Amino acid sequence: MSVRHAMLALLTEGPKYGLRLREEFEARTGEVWPLNVGQVYATLQRLERDGLVESDGTGDEGAQKSFRITAEGEQELARWLRTPPDLSSPPRDELVMKVLVALRVPGTDVAAVIQAHRRYLVELMQQWTRIKEYDARGDLSMLLAVDAELFRLDSVVRWLDAAEARIQRAAADGTMTPADQAGPGNQTRAPLPRQRREARRWR
Amino acid sequence: MSMLELCEVSRSYGQGSAEVHALREVSLTADEGAMVAVMGPSGSGKSTLLTIAGTLEDPTSGEVLIAGQPVSRESRGAKARLRRRVIGYVFQDFNLLPGLTAAENVSLPLELDGVPGRKARVAALKALDRLGLADRASHYPDQMSGGERQRAAIARAMVGERRLLLADEPSGALDSVNGEAVMRLIHDACKNAGMTAVVVTHDAQLASWADRVMFLRDGRVTDQTVPAGPESLLTPGRNQ
Repeated sequence: MSVRHAMLALLTEGPKYGLRLREEFEARTGEVWPLNVGQVYATLQRLERDGLVESDGTGDEGAQKSFRITAEGEQELARWLRTPPDLSSPPRDELVMKVLVALRVPGTDVAAVIQAHRRYLVELMQQWTRIKEYDARGDLSMLLAVDAELFRLDSVVRWLDAAEARIQRAAADGTMTPADQAGPGNQTRAPLPRQRREARRWR
Repeated sequence: MSMLELCEVSRSYGQGSAEVHALREVSLTADEGAMVAVMGPSGSGKSTLLTIAGTLEDPTSGEVLIAGQPVSRESRGAKARLRRRVIGYVFQDFNLLPGLTAAENVSLPLELDGVPGRKARVAALKALDRLGLADRASHYPDQMSGGERQRAAIARAMVGERRLLLADEPSGALDSVNGEAVMRLIHDACKNAGMTAVVVTHDAQLASWADRVMFLRDGRVTDQTVPAGPESLLTPGRNQ
């Protein structure tokens, strides 16, 4: 989440004080991303240094200063909104690693490992759904933020489902190699370079 | 009070080497007002569980209790009455009769049970109104959207004095927003109208509407979620 650009977006509505920016940021993001005061002031200072916002100069602290967006700030915001985030390299995913490692540790019940993670994720999704049901009714920002979290968690559950089915199929077909099951010393067949590097640490 | 109990229910088909175990010693309890989801992949036994819970099929062993009454001791006629009066079913493909209007589809189970036509129609209109379909009562299924058709199917499952709603992938044919709307309606029916619902699905987002999620694998319940404590994910300072 770019706090910097969220601040710029809030300032497109007109000049605001630091404290109010913090309150509005939390309200607009459905309180899903809490922000501390220090983060707000540090961000505003950097924005001012870069010429993207201006302050009225009164007061020493961000809380008492009123900030407004500059023309450069508006251009930067427009550019940011249309720039896709960098999703080209897979993130280092601890859960993926745990499943890959579980495959290689002798005597590990991989299905039980997968289920432990699946249950935790579904429990989290139940909590987010309760928020959607009771806290977010009529609050579009919060609904969108909670949806994003639910879709993210759902994608992990789907990956676990697919992983379990793939592992079962490989075991049934006899296509699981010793490297997929055995302990240290074998090559992993993990397809992603970063994950392969991570897996090596476990050998 | 438990509205539905499955006690070590097993179901197998075929014999000898051809025997297939669809369910193995499955136990499940759903109290009045509870919404339970059963999650599992294709072939895990979800639909068999639902047909046995709905008395459409007998278990090979084990017992089903509906409102505390063991179903196995009931006659075929008594089971049929139970299905007409207490249990409502919702299917993925809606199963509305195309030649009947929404109101006629919803009133049909009551009329089959001997409720006079006028009284059944009043109950149907009330059920449709509760699901926001009052203005669709005279529409035929092909004049309604997928979401509306499924809402009509839920109205049919809730009409009259039905207390147990069994749903098999009720949002499977819908997009995510309409799918959520269906789960929200089932959730509301449990929390506000005292229905008990068992929903089987492979979809975690839909299952997360339930109070409890049970995980089915190869005919066995392997795990279930634990209800969260009072602390919300939105508790201030939790993420700092």
